[in-house]
Amino acid sequence: MNAQASADDLILQVEHLSMKFGGLVAIGDLSFQARRGEITALIGPNGAGKTTVFNCITGFYKPTEGMITLNKRDGSTYLLERLPNHEIPARANVARTFQNIRLFSGMTLLENLLVAQHNKLMKASGYTFLGLFGFPSYRQASAESIDLARHWLEKADLVDRADDPAGDLPYGAQRRLEIARAMCTGPELLCLDEPAAGLNPRESAALNELLMDIKNSTSILLIEHDMSVVMQISDHVVVLEYGRKISDGNPQSVRTDPRVIAAYLGVDDEEVETVLTEVGDEDVIEQLDTGPDAAHGPGNSASMMAGPVSDTVEHADEGERVTVSKGASKAAQVDARSASVAGKPAPVAKKAAKVSTAKAAPKKTAAKAAAAKADSASKGKQAAAKPAAGKRGGRK
Amino acid sequence: MAVTVSPERDVVATPVQRAFREALYAGAIALGLFVLFIGLRTDQNISNELILVRRWGLLALVVVLTAVGRFLYVAYAQPFAASLKVADVATGLLPESMATRFFRLPYFIAAIVIAFALLVLAGSLDGLLGPDLAGYARFLRALAIIYAVASVMFYFRSFIHAHFSALGVSALALYPVIVVLTLALYTGSVAGGFQGSLKWVDNFGIQILIYVMLAWGLNIVIGLAGLLDLGYVAFYAVGAYAYALLGTHFGLSFWILLPAAGCMAAFWGVMLGFPVLRLRGDYLAIVTLAFGEIIRLVLINWREVTNGSARISGIPKVSFFGLMSFNVSDPNYIAKVLNIATSSAYYKIFLYYLILGLCLLTAFVTIRLRRLPVGRAWEALREDEIACRSLGINTTTTKLTAFATGAMFGGFAGSFFAARQGFVSPESFVFLESAIVLAIVVLGGMGSLAGIAVAALVMIGGTEALRELDFLKRVFGPDFTPELYRMLLFGMAMVIVMLWKPRGFVGSREPTAFLKERKTVSGSFTKEGHG
Repeated sequence: MNAQASADDLILQVEHLSMKFGGLVAIGDLSFQARRGEITALIGPNGAGKTTVFNCITGFYKPTEGMITLNKRDGSTYLLERLPNHEIPARANVARTFQNIRLFSGMTLLENLLVAQHNKLMKASGYTFLGLFGFPSYRQASAESIDLARHWLEKADLVDRADDPAGDLPYGAQRRLEIARAMCTGPELLCLDEPAAGLNPRESAALNELLMDIKNSTSILLIEHDMSVVMQISDHVVVLEYGRKISDGNPQSVRTDPRVIAAYLGVDDEEVETVLTEVGDEDVIEQLDTGPDAAHGPGNSASMMAGPVSDTVEHADEGERVTVSKGASKAAQVDARSASVAGKPAPVAKKAAKVSTAKAAPKKTAAKAAAAKADSASKGKQAAAKPAAGKRGGRK
Repeated sequence: MAVTVSPERDVVATPVQRAFREALYAGAIALGLFVLFIGLRTDQNISNELILVRRWGLLALVVVLTAVGRFLYVAYAQPFAASLKVADVATGLLPESMATRFFRLPYFIAAIVIAFALLVLAGSLDGLLGPDLAGYARFLRALAIIYAVASVMFYFRSFIHAHFSALGVSALALYPVIVVLTLALYTGSVAGGFQGSLKWVDNFGIQILIYVMLAWGLNIVIGLAGLLDLGYVAFYAVGAYAYALLGTHFGLSFWILLPAAGCMAAFWGVMLGFPVLRLRGDYLAIVTLAFGEIIRLVLINWREVTNGSARISGIPKVSFFGLMSFNVSDPNYIAKVLNIATSSAYYKIFLYYLILGLCLLTAFVTIRLRRLPVGRAWEALREDEIACRSLGINTTTTKLTAFATGAMFGGFAGSFFAARQGFVSPESFVFLESAIVLAIVVLGGMGSLAGIAVAALVMIGGTEALRELDFLKRVFGPDFTPELYRMLLFGMAMVIVMLWKPRGFVGSREPTAFLKERKTVSGSFTKEGHG
């Protein structure tokens, strides 16, 4: 896409990334880039695969296909999909936070931030042996690490509570502490998974301030549902739906993209009914039958044997295992519609043009005729646009 | 304690009425429960026939005791406990606590007087009172001494709390000296003092300190890293057999073999660690338990090397850093070098200081490690493994170092154990040992060195003290052996402590670094780890 952007301008390049869980395609052929010194937001409806992308970038999942390249400031390049989990923060300097906060709740705030400086301190302590005998080099490194921790505690406005256990903090402060902890690893790329979730407006504003401050030194990749945060602070937005990218650009252009609007707000039910009656196609009926697929519903096993740790990182409430029914993707419907509209006679095309520029949901009047024709005319095209959905349908 | 009556009736009933009613219920329940357990007993008669023995008297006694106990609890103990929580209307103060009522100066003086009088009369007690009453008198004397010591500790409790480590270490360092001096005064001769100190230094001192060391070693694995290891005794066995085999076959000195045994145990810690890295919680516990059993079975069955159940004996004694020996036949025997009377107590006292030194080494290393990145990583691993990985911590090596460090201290303790016993056999390394060490760690409060030391004192010292209660034989007949009940008491004590303090004696955690002030972290925030 941004082929003209020079390589050292880009910090992260995700190319043709796919992540499959068994037959489920959580991410399908996703490519995007994040530029250095910018805040790149990854948005999309629930279950779009945003957290899966994060887990692939930070090594908690090994992607099925694709390449994730990280360019560090010093010119070195890392292929993140090849690095072991713990080396991604340690060597490639990618830090992350979690959607469900993961602090060391029984340790104090200061200790949380010192744990984050583990690798640096480990070297300074001569892999424990020098530190055990109290060598001065370790003492100095230890004092420096406390200074760094104090620096980030001050930035996160938590310095007064430095000696309290992390589990004792209110929710918003825990979110800020998790960001401060990630920053203590000295990252070049900071991945934040819904940092504003559950924050009140004031806390949210404080968070924006903190992120804008961090942005000066560190690039940020952000998953967020709170559109006020996304629109205010992000420089670049990537929109996912059902594991596919549906839009990519600056916040303004994404906001007005009809595919994004359709993905978030959906197309009208009435419109769907009209399509059904006008076309009378069984395939369309099947497409619109978006009930849950029992075979691929959320995991119902609570057993510890269900899998290793990495399998439990996903969030049960969000439903990482995407079940895509035929015709579920709203963005694809918009695609199909506008494709058919292009080959329409003048009067209808005029109406359809309104649809694509409209800020709200597509207007009924235009959509009735357009959608009906779109569905009947470009059935094949629609199926091609959704190989995942096709597979799902085949399994039924 | 379940109140079975409706609240309206409770309002009108006085405590005595209610107690009476509940005593009847309790008696009825006890009757129903015990009628078959206690009331009837099957036995063999002289012609080997199965007969039924009826013990209605005993049953009646148990039922009446239950009913009376319930009556006293409801009528007096409950209102008393409630009254402790009610503030006085006039002063607004809470009534005196149980402890301040229990420890009073007159009682303290009385206890001192009784203890002193009975100590003075010690030699002539049997003659004065007869053997039965003399047994009770000795028990009374022990109680009086314990009460006096407890009173002093209660009076100085804030001081003790503030200087716990320093006081504890100096008390441990002075313990053999005090024992020898006291017994020398008591028996009137220095030799008698040394001879009498054997039991106190060996059975109590060394025994407890071995468990303290084992529990502190296991504390690294369980308390800090949160990995539930039920096979810890395996490393103890590795250390013991390392010293026993290398010492008897190659005649190597203890001072060379102590680190070697530690290294070997650490190696086996890593060997165990590798396959179980991916396991967590219950699964980890089961596999480590199996590992402990494998080591024990190998020791039993690999007869060519370990001599099987026939044990390895003749393990060389520890020398005084090569300068003096504790073998009477050697030319540099300690008594010959120092020109003092021959006694076996010197070796025991030396061993006491040796294990004390090893314990202090363990404590020092643990305290240091907690402030180093590796120790913090262990605790972080206990709190949240996924977050650890997101911060670039290599959880594999972190877990392995925890296993290896814990195992190393187990190996040290094992080689000391072999040197102290003079023989090793697989029976010393059964699962019960692992369970006891684990119980000490849990009872003491996971992660707290002081709490674990107190728990070891209570559990090991307590069971050893049961052996001293000889007078009980006079009460329950000569067949009664109090040692056999020690596991029962042990279990009851654990249940009571866990009800009273669910996170162990010391449930809070000391932070490893602080910015402004050191605040202890309440146990409700720390996690136990997922294995």
